[in-house]
Amino acid sequence: MNGIHDMGGAHGYGAVEPGDAEPFHDDWERRVFGITLAAGSHLRSNLDRGRYELEMLPPRDYLAGYFERWFARLIKAGVALGFIDAAARAAIERGQTPTAVPRDHEPLPAAALRHVARTGRPVSRTVERAAAFVVGDTVCARNMQPATHTRLPRYVRGKNGTIVAWHGAHVFPDSNAEHDDENPQHLYSVSFRATVLWGPDAPERDSVILDLFEPYLEAPP
Amino acid sequence: MSEHRHQDPPSPMALRVKALETLLVERGVVDPEAVDAILDVYEHQVGPHNGARVVARAWTDPAFRERLREDATAAIGELGFLGMQGEHMVALENTERVHNVVVCTLCSCYPWSVLGLPPAWYKSHAYRSRVVMEPRAVLREFGLDVPEEVEVRVWDSTAELRYLVVPRRPAGTDHLDEEALAALVTRDSMVGTAVLPDVDGGTGT
Repeated sequence: MNGIHDMGGAHGYGAVEPGDAEPFHDDWERRVFGITLAAGSHLRSNLDRGRYELEMLPPRDYLAGYFERWFARLIKAGVALGFIDAAARAAIERGQTPTAVPRDHEPLPAAALRHVARTGRPVSRTVERAAAFVVGDTVCARNMQPATHTRLPRYVRGKNGTIVAWHGAHVFPDSNAEHDDENPQHLYSVSFRATVLWGPDAPERDSVILDLFEPYLEAPP
Repeated sequence: MSEHRHQDPPSPMALRVKALETLLVERGVVDPEAVDAILDVYEHQVGPHNGARVVARAWTDPAFRERLREDATAAIGELGFLGMQGEHMVALENTERVHNVVVCTLCSCYPWSVLGLPPAWYKSHAYRSRVVMEPRAVLREFGLDVPEEVEVRVWDSTAELRYLVVPRRPAGTDHLDEEALAALVTRDSMVGTAVLPDVDGGTGT
């Protein structure tokens, strides 16, 4: 989706603040991070769906702040899944603990979470079909405007680049976010010259490299 | 970690999050010990010291460096630093002619298993929007002036590959062992927003 999250090349966000270097600013941000990971499968989501949920927040909520955004997603998911009802939502908004809450889930134990954190969840998959492109090929990032989740940023659409690496097939975010369908696709690193992306004033020798799925790419026109 | 001073009244967000956590705990959606456990992993166990070990090994062990180039996930796995957001690793070696810098313009993808959780600036709208279009200007805001003849490569983490920049080894470190070298390696140098100063006070670029 052409949402507020697709920020590459946007103006207006000011200077970077290298001194703003801690992962968290306040204790509540730590809890929001921990709660999101600890809720795990109870959020009925996946890695890609989780990102899509953030992208679908109203721009005002998205821009409110990083962990404000994560909090808004938790509330939205809790309401959609039925474990936050209208009364509980209103109480949370006032900062008051909801009352008379039934215990109807079983949480992920700490040991299981520690295990996942230290082992991860690889998204590489085996597919029968051969890769359409090889390293060195010139490709064009498709000019497409899906209204749903995609990992093809606007700033490369319609631009030519060069395949610099092939990574086998990985879970395809576009279908995994929308339909919980892994639909693995070949994945490539594609290098775009800065001048192609940003115009002749960009430094001639600089480049930007993106990891792009085969359905995002076509032979150049 | 937290700047919160206990004499301050809790902020509205702190109260909301507390209320939400209480609800989710009562409902059985989260175990508060599991929340503490995940924070313990990312505040006390996994962090840039892991990536620094990878870099120091690459500087001192040419065979490891070669394996890191060929299959960074496997090489980093030898040191035991795999995990969430580090399942598919790529190492980017800075050289005399190439400077690499990493971003995620679409969200905040970052190699947790080797660098821990991203600093706030990495997740900022300013960094995400600008570093792909004007990397040299952004790097100057970090105090890093990349010479014109050096090629800047910006890596936008748009899939599940996670990038670790291997900074250039500072001059004047020939006498140092792997552990002492690892102590010189900063987080920002492994994202690509810094280079490491030579031990005699010059710069590594």
